Order: sequence, then structure tokens, then C-alpha cells
Amino acid sequence: MSSQNTVTPSDKALQARRRFLREMAGAAGGACMLALGVGMVGREASAKPAMAIRPPGALAEPDFLSACVRCGLCVRDCPYDTLKLSELGDNVAVGTPYFTARDIPCEMCEDIPCVKACPTGALDRELTDIGEARMGLAVLIDHETCLNFLGLRCDVCYRVCPVIDQAITLELVHNPRSDRHAMLLPTVHSDACTGCGKCEKSCVLPESAIRVLPHKLAQGQSAEHYRKGWAEKEKAGGSLIGEQEQLPMRGLEDREYGDTRVTPDYQPAKPGGLDSGWKP
Amino acid sequence: MNTAATTNNVATERSAKRSRASTQPGAEAVRVKGRLRANKWLLLRRISQFGILALFLVGPWFGWWIVKGNLSSSLTLGVLPLTDPYLLLQSFSAGQLPYQEALLGGGIVLAFYLLFGGRLFCSWVCPVNLVTDAAAWLRRRLNIKGGKTPSAYTRYWLLAFTLGASALTGSLAWEWVNPVSMLHRGLIFGFGLAWGVVLAVFLYDLLFASRGWCGHVCPVGAFYGLLGSGALIRVTADKRRACDDCMDCFNVCPEPQVIRPALKAVGQDHPLILDKDCTSCGRCIDVCGKDVFRLTTRFDRSES
Repeated sequence: MSSQNTVTPSDKALQARRRFLREMAGAAGGACMLALGVGMVGREASAKPAMAIRPPGALAEPDFLSACVRCGLCVRDCPYDTLKLSELGDNVAVGTPYFTARDIPCEMCEDIPCVKACPTGALDRELTDIGEARMGLAVLIDHETCLNFLGLRCDVCYRVCPVIDQAITLELVHNPRSDRHAMLLPTVHSDACTGCGKCEKSCVLPESAIRVLPHKLAQGQSAEHYRKGWAEKEKAGGSLIGEQEQLPMRGLEDREYGDTRVTPDYQPAKPGGLDSGWKP
Repeated sequence: MNTAATTNNVATERSAKRSRASTQPGAEAVRVKGRLRANKWLLLRRISQFGILALFLVGPWFGWWIVKGNLSSSLTLGVLPLTDPYLLLQSFSAGQLPYQEALLGGGIVLAFYLLFGGRLFCSWVCPVNLVTDAAAWLRRRLNIKGGKTPSAYTRYWLLAFTLGASALTGSLAWEWVNPVSMLHRGLIFGFGLAWGVVLAVFLYDLLFASRGWCGHVCPVGAFYGLLGSGALIRVTADKRRACDDCMDCFNVCPEPQVIRPALKAVGQDHPLILDKDCTSCGRCIDVCGKDVFRLTTRFDRSES
């Protein structure tokens, strides 16, 4: 009995070890749960909403999130107060810079001060020509309210575009409503659009019909194997399958291939009523 | 019966005194040294904390751009870059190599805390310290006891896990929730719901865990603690023979376990507090009516 009561040094050490291990397990478990929770918050929050556009030169979103230290130096050096740091609850990765084009668009400074200010390279200094920036892509998102699509002459988005006639062009299309006017449709070209958002900002509608969206939302992607026949033909300097055989068309020998004009003696079918008189 | 009542009285008086001492440590120091000297290090610390905050704020408030950015990374007077090395570590883990400016800034900060003491950041710079100090003060004042304080090792595990999570998710994992950067960024750039996170830390320290956040959970503090484990500036209990066991230092110390080895010579002979968890806040120096403690270097092991 006495031997049970005496605590030998090895017992003490054993107890201390047990306590240490228990404490460590608790700490590791708690920390793991916390880290897991953080990971889940992060995963959810890393989905960038469509209205939040990154500053020029921003790395691709996953790289950006690992490089940006949320210091706000880009925000401070932006002369137009375009950039904001996201706050908790803004839906953008907390503390990272973004801008809302409809509020304040990017003015596309030639010296790109925000990129220069970034100490980590989350905004890539390889970008020296602001025309090469791809912050997002403008999309004429609503064809129903856009005034030009209604056949009117608004053109504001086209005229404010810093890359006018390259990023946005006006495409002439027949107006089927009046049948005698043209519609000049603002058309965005992804190879020139920087995503500055001036078009979205200046759209005269209460809700902008043209919007800058992240590329992921704005653009599709061609399949790897997809080839455009006309592009391949141009590249090869001629048709890849040789000259096409021109097959004789009986009764149409005096016409070019593909000529679909009707013959002068052609009589269109009379409009049919209940009894059109048609017989097989 | 009379004697029993007297002893009972004495006992209640003593316990009342003890509870008053624990709710208001430093009362004796105020009597002996005067209010100012009994709060000297606290005042200096507050000046440092608010001064640093002010340096960051005079830019956005008055347009005097002395310091741009925030504690995560900043640029002082357009030349001196400073970057949080723990953030850089997360960035490395996530697979990024930042620009030289950030590396240089991180190096400067790293060198400073390596040399002088990692947890100087916690007590002299970190804005959350104001929150947790307030919680600790209120906890003493309201005499809130109990709760479940997690193991002090939690922070080191969390430090490791945040770096692991950064590597796994490819982002700065801890920055999704970090109350330190959230509070500082919020004060400078504007709050969203980050108030909630800061409030949560306050309530956690107040109601659930005494000195729970800074002393047991925060991986930023853990990182700076590890950084400063060999640093110069240390607190010594060189007049420990004058100690009358009033426990005031234990009551105010955010990391009270660091005092015992030095003050009571448990596991070491010299009176120097060498534990990496010591934040060198100097509060023990303030509240001690016997002037047991003082600030010194790690080489000064003298005892008087």
C-alpha cells in the first residue's frame, strides 16, 4: 500500500509527459479546427464577384491572392481614388484592392502608379504600357435597353473609350424596324479592351447596359482542337483541300455557282387561304 | 465565539484585500512611487502604440504622407519599406517570391525584432494589444473568473497550420481572419464587418479566456515570440529579495508563467526573464511597489 502512495520520479515524469501530450493534442486539435475554419472562409471568399475589378497588372486571381499582402499602397498612390481595399463583408477577398467601374473607373495613367507602388509584385511591373492592361472585359450586356440597339444615336460608351475604334467600334447594321436606317451597335473587341470601365461609368442608362466583367465571366474559351477554316486557309495561303469541283447544275448552266436568283418567269406561290387550291 | 467572529472578520478582511489586490494590482506601487511612476511603462507603451497609429493616420486624415500603407507593408517618407515577415512567410508558403522591396522591408523588420525582442511588437506596436489590455482590465475590474483558456501551445500549432494552409490553398491563409491586420487596416482604410472580429477577440478575452487571444491563440504573436527568443532587451527581477509576494506582477502580466523562473529561481539561478513569451511590456516594473523589476539586456544577470 505504501508503495502505491509513494510517487517515484519516473512516475512523476510519466505524469508530466502525459499532461504534456494531452495539452499538445488539445492545442493541435483546436488549432487545426481554427485553421480549417479559416480555410473554408477563404475558399468561399476567394470567389471574386463580377463588380469587383482588380487594378492593372494584377496577377491571375489565385496568384494575386498569394502575393498581395493587403497593404493598400496601390490604393494610396492612385491619383483618382479609384481603388479601394475590400472590407470584411464586401465579398471580395478581405483587404485586397479592387475597383467598381460604375463608381470610379480606372483613368489609365501612363506611368501606372498603382503598379509601381506594389511592393510584392501582386501588380506585375512587367506591365509598362497601360494599353496592355487587362483588368476585365467590357461586355454590352443588355441589348434591350442600349439606346444604340434601339436605333438611336447614343454612342457615349464608344466616345469615352480611351482605346476608341479599337476596343469599342460601332458596327453598322440594317435597322429592320424602320427599314431605312442603320443601327450603330457598340461592339467590344477583347484584343484591345483594357477593362478600365469608362464605358460602364458613362453609360447614360440608370443601370449600365455595358459592363466590365472579369475575363472568366465575360469570355468563353474555344476548344483546343477547334480550327477556323478561313483562318487556316489564310495561314496556308490557299485552300487546304484544293480547288473545289464545280458540279453542273441542270437548267442553271448560265449561272455562277451559288447564284440563287430566281428566273424571270418565276411565279411565287399564291398566298394560301383555307382552300389554296394546291394539289399534289 | 467572540474569537471565532474575530478570526472570521480577519479572514474576510484578508480575502477582501486579496480580491481588491487582484482587481486593482499596483495600488501599493501608486502609493509608494506616485501615480505617474507607477504607470511609466504603460504610458510609454500607449504613446508608442498611438504614436505609430497616428503616423499611419496623418496621411489619410491630413494629407501628411509620412507613412503609407499599414502594418502588413508600408513605405515611410517614400524610402523606407517595412513589411511583416510573417506575411512574407505565408506568401512564400503559397508559392510566391515577392519583389525586392517587400523582401528588404521584411528583412529590416526581421532584423529589428531579432535584435531587440520579438514580442516588443505585441506590446508596443500591435493595435490588438489595446483591445486585449482593455479586456484584461475589465476582467479584473468585474472580477470575472474561470472560463476555458486553451493551451499556450495552440498558437504555435496555429502558426504551423496557417503556413500549411497557405501552401495548400495558395493564398495568405491567416489574412482571411487575422484580427491584427484587420483592425489596423480597418482604422486606416475603413471597417466593414471587421468590427465584429475585433469585438469577438475582446469578448473572448473578457468572458472565455483570461489573456486568451494574445497569450494562447494569436499566431502572429507566436511568430514574433519565436523570432525574439534570443533578443537583447529583457526584464530582470534583480531585486527579487525585496519581493513580498503581493502577486501584483502575476496579476497584470499578460504571460505570467514567464515570471516565476526569474522571481522564484525555479529552474534557473539568475533573475533574468529569458522566456520568449515575455512581451517586455514593463507592466511588472510599474505595478511593483518594491521595485523588484527593471528593463535590461540579456547579458545582465546581476542581482542586487
